[in-house]
Amino acid sequence: MKPPPFSYHRPATVTEAVTMLDELGPDAKILAGGQSLVPMLNMRLATPAHLIDINRLDELAYVRVEPEGVRVGALARHADVEHDAAAGRAIPLLAEALRSVAHPTIRNRGTTVGSIVHADPSGEMTAVLCLLDGEVTLVSRRGERTVPAQDFFVAPLTSAAEADELATSALFRRPTGAATGTAWMEVARRHGDYALCGVGAVVTLNEAGALTTVRTAYISMGPIPQTLDLTLEAIGSNGDWRAVGEAAAAQLEPEEDIHATARYRRQLAVVLTARACRLAAERAERARRAAPSHPTGGAGRTGSGVEGER
Amino acid sequence: MTTRMIGEPIPRREDPRLVTGQGRYLDDLGAGALQVAFVRSPHAHARIVDIDVTDALDVDGLVAIYTYEDLAAADEAGSSHLSEPLPLLIPHPDLTHPRTAYPLARDEVNHVGEPVVMVVATDRYVAEDVCDRIRVNYEVLPAVVGLDAAIEATHLVHPDIPGNIGAHMVQERGDARAAIAAAPHRLELDLEIERSASMPMEGRGVYARWDADDRTLRVYTSTQAATSVRAAIAAKLAVPIDRVEVIAPDVGGGFGVKVVHPWPEEVLIPWAAMRLGREVKWTEDRREHFISSAHERGQKQKVRVGFDDDGRLLGMEFQVWHDHGAYTPYGLIVPIITTTQVLGPYKPGAYRGEFWSLYTNTVIVTPYRGAGRPQGCFAMERTMDAIADYLGLDRTVVRERNFIQPEEMPYDHGLVFQDGRGLVYDSGNYPALLDKLKALVGWDSFAEYAEQARAEGRRVGIGLACYVEGTGVGPYEGAHVRVETTGEVVVATGLTTQGQGHQTMLAQIVADELGVPVERVTVTTGDTRRFKYAVGTFASRTAVMSGNAAALAARKVRAKALRIASEALEVDPSDLEIVDGVVRVRGVPSSPGAKTEIPLSTVAVLSNPLRYAFDAEAARATQFAVGGSSEEPPVAEDDEPGLEAVDYYSPPRSTFAAGMHAAIVETDPETAEIKVLRYCVVHDCGNLINPRIVEGQIHGGVAQGVGGALYERMVYDSAGQLLNASFMDFLMPYASEVPTVETDHLQTPSPLNPLGVKGAGEAGVIPAAAVFASAISDAEGFAITRMPISPSELFELRERFAAGEIPPLRSRSGHISGEGRFVRAKEDSR
Ligand SMILES: Cc1cc2nc3c(=O)[nH]c(=O)nc-3n(C[C@H](O)[C@H](O)[C@H](O)COP(=O)(O)OP(=O)(O)OC[C@H]3O[C@@H](n4cnc5c(N)ncnc54)[C@H](O)[C@@H]3O)c2cc1C
Repeated sequence: MKPPPFSYHRPATVTEAVTMLDELGPDAKILAGGQSLVPMLNMRLATPAHLIDINRLDELAYVRVEPEGVRVGALARHADVEHDAAAGRAIPLLAEALRSVAHPTIRNRGTTVGSIVHADPSGEMTAVLCLLDGEVTLVSRRGERTVPAQDFFVAPLTSAAEADELATSALFRRPTGAATGTAWMEVARRHGDYALCGVGAVVTLNEAGALTTVRTAYISMGPIPQTLDLTLEAIGSNGDWRAVGEAAAAQLEPEEDIHATARYRRQLAVVLTARACRLAAERAERARRAAPSHPTGGAGRTGSGVEGER
Repeated sequence: MTTRMIGEPIPRREDPRLVTGQGRYLDDLGAGALQVAFVRSPHAHARIVDIDVTDALDVDGLVAIYTYEDLAAADEAGSSHLSEPLPLLIPHPDLTHPRTAYPLARDEVNHVGEPVVMVVATDRYVAEDVCDRIRVNYEVLPAVVGLDAAIEATHLVHPDIPGNIGAHMVQERGDARAAIAAAPHRLELDLEIERSASMPMEGRGVYARWDADDRTLRVYTSTQAATSVRAAIAAKLAVPIDRVEVIAPDVGGGFGVKVVHPWPEEVLIPWAAMRLGREVKWTEDRREHFISSAHERGQKQKVRVGFDDDGRLLGMEFQVWHDHGAYTPYGLIVPIITTTQVLGPYKPGAYRGEFWSLYTNTVIVTPYRGAGRPQGCFAMERTMDAIADYLGLDRTVVRERNFIQPEEMPYDHGLVFQDGRGLVYDSGNYPALLDKLKALVGWDSFAEYAEQARAEGRRVGIGLACYVEGTGVGPYEGAHVRVETTGEVVVATGLTTQGQGHQTMLAQIVADELGVPVERVTVTTGDTRRFKYAVGTFASRTAVMSGNAAALAARKVRAKALRIASEALEVDPSDLEIVDGVVRVRGVPSSPGAKTEIPLSTVAVLSNPLRYAFDAEAARATQFAVGGSSEEPPVAEDDEPGLEAVDYYSPPRSTFAAGMHAAIVETDPETAEIKVLRYCVVHDCGNLINPRIVEGQIHGGVAQGVGGALYERMVYDSAGQLLNASFMDFLMPYASEVPTVETDHLQTPSPLNPLGVKGAGEAGVIPAAAVFASAISDAEGFAITRMPISPSELFELRERFAAGEIPPLRSRSGHISGEGRFVRAKEDSR
């Protein structure tokens, strides 16, 4: 459990970093928080000739609330995002989902962008990015481009980022609609483990309180994060969230592994979809009642995630 | 007055050091040593065709590469014995087909992880780089994985061992089969327990130094049996045992896996150190630990019982198929314990215990905390539940009716235990334990709670399990106690410590026996420079064995101190007492310097007649100061200098501790997640030396029990690859998964030893699988027959239950007579 030899590089700027990526070629790997890469090095599952440590790129260490949503720089740790008050107000789902990412010590080092680029289909933030119509900004010597979440995840541990590209940030979009609620639910074997099944839900209501959108995203239910639009099913089921869960699970094709059968995973999808959607709908309703336009008046528009379960 | 130390929950004196990072574990030693890595077999079963090291030779920092051929050549050139198989540690007449591994594989490998090539390099990184470049050509052979394949024996692990059977053993008292046939009711249960492992936080490790000038070999190893490792190294490397020192430094947990010895590395690392004339070290990494140390637990079982209308056992037949992995260095200890300790606190009527110990192409199986008892407890407790369910009786009632009663002690089961001695329980009060448990968990009011929960759409269940644990097995342990001239007391015992708090516990005993403050007592364990005769740490034996030996040695020292003091004070020894490290005349108020008292430090000086006063203490004790007869030699003929003594404790047989656990669980009706709401333990290990340490042992045991019941397993594929050989997929419970443990104690002293103590080290883990199976069955309404259980498995069982493939518990289905049956159990009643 010791890595083979590699050369270590530590750029001071993004420009320097992408120059190194270009010059060192495909045998170079970015080292961010190291929480996924270092174990792979130690087990000799990854054997890059060069490591480019981006931990000095302070320009990427930010969490920023923008008009569209929350932008997370490549050097923002999971814990930075989790505890950013403004980001929490803008998109409560971020912190709610992050609390299911490993344990505090790992969240103190692991980066949110790193976990997205790593593209583990069990990584919470991959599904959250999909659910919130997010995007990833990639920079290389060739220039900068932005890839929408739906195109970013290609296969297990494979993203659309090219070998010479540095991901500089990820944008999570704030859900739109008169009133929205979100929720994250998952079942893991032990607290903080990768989930056997995890579900994020966004429910949007119109001013009258009728459902306008119900969307969900899943981890550990396929080779890449899975996103479903369940609006029609939800409207049709008339408040029967279990039926919505069944409809969702019918569209998923989970695989069996040493911790769970495919049938059990599908059962979890049914149950967790129902629970997450129900909770998101309740939060959306609460947000609607609290909205300024509502007779009883209030400030918030997006249902808080504070009472979310793990 | 010195306060009595035995029975005091004083804090563990080793903790400040260990929890502030001051521990010295194996890998903390030997910073400059060469380091070793191994090429290990990637196949479960294969013939080694050829080993090619050419590509590896030019790696910078490589020092040496060794294969079996080098061991053979060394044996030929010298007098080492490394080309022979490793020793069969515990032979047994029924182990008709033993097999042990070579230190480095010879011609064939029999499990993934078996060491094939040893690489010595300047550091571990380089050593692993070299390993990567060594090519071993294998001819892959069919692998035997799992008990079904072993029993089927289509393929053999060792071609000359028919049926993959290492041993077949039967123990019987009475005619069990006839008793079952004649019984009014009969049940049959098929049960299964999967593999787990000790998994200490610190893996194994060995560090060796050869002093060519002094011709001594010093070996540090993370072991539970230092003295025995020393003997093995001396024998294997042909070094006079007097020139071999083995030291167990701080050991980060053992739980059984480190009692096996010599591990290949324990002879290979010292051998390389001698050969190279350099310090050499090997620190096991986690993957190595998973695939090349030891596992335990894996068994299939069949129970047949006959019982009367009250649920009393009339006869029991217990058959076990035990997976012992590729080799049998530790003999039959685990299945013997399973098939004897299965009896727990009960009278089985006629009993027949039978096992087949079987070879598979997997990691070896040797004792892991509990050592076969969890499996036995599981079998008996599932049986008790089945009988209760069959007769429509409360589960505690059936148990009570089968208990051995306190007045029946000592109770002879008429069987032979793991130590080759009779299975005779020395003392115990099982009805009192059960009463305490029922009160602690609220057994009688649970039904009401369950009803309420059910009304809220929740599923809860309660379960219990009882066990008896043979602890403190022989043959012996010893201790050395010496009072230094400073008044400090040093104690040494040969067995080793792995974090249990032995230093504290032994200090308490010696402090009490000698009459000194506990702070003045220092204890050394597992250092053959300090104590050479010992057996090792296993089978919950340290308090019983070394504890009693230390007490006996301290008593000798005390007697000697009183004798010397009585001469100095010219008082009869029987008028003296030792309080706070001062020998004084009973009933006379303390008055330092008076002729009525003398500090133990001075007694220690007097015990070693000196001519010269080198400090104030000594000055007070010189010949002119204390006088004495000028006719006698300063050291009497039957005396020795020094205030010290060695003594040994060797019991006639084991002493039997007992305990009962209960758990309340909640199972999610939708996700099948299993939540532990409460976990209660009542425990009887005789007299408590340090209740805090006993509690800690119980908590740790329960944590491992929860792991074994709900999380951990070894997932082998059919080719013998261990699929979850990391802490990511081998689910050791975190603190967040371990329930709060509620405890209560009963103290039934053992009549077998001076301190009246019984062992407590393994207790916590023994009944956990049985308790959870019982509680989950209760919550679900059908019997759980296989552990561990995961939410996914519970979900699948529910599906089968819903499809009618698994029968309901009778107590749930409402009918007590007629067609009811235990899961997969065939029964007929007449
Ligand atoms: C015990 C444990 C439990 C965990 N549990 C979970 C969990 O439940 N859920 C979860 O989501 N994650 C979990 N993780 C993973 C954790 O979230 C990681 O931190 C994360 O997946 C990767 O982030 P990192 O910053 O550590 O990336 P690194 O490990 O440094 O890198 C990971 C990969 O991404 C690439 N990369 C990283 N940043 C960039 C970038 N800016 N541009 C281009 N490529 C980049 C690297 O080259 C590498 O290939 C766990 C980790 C551990 C050790």
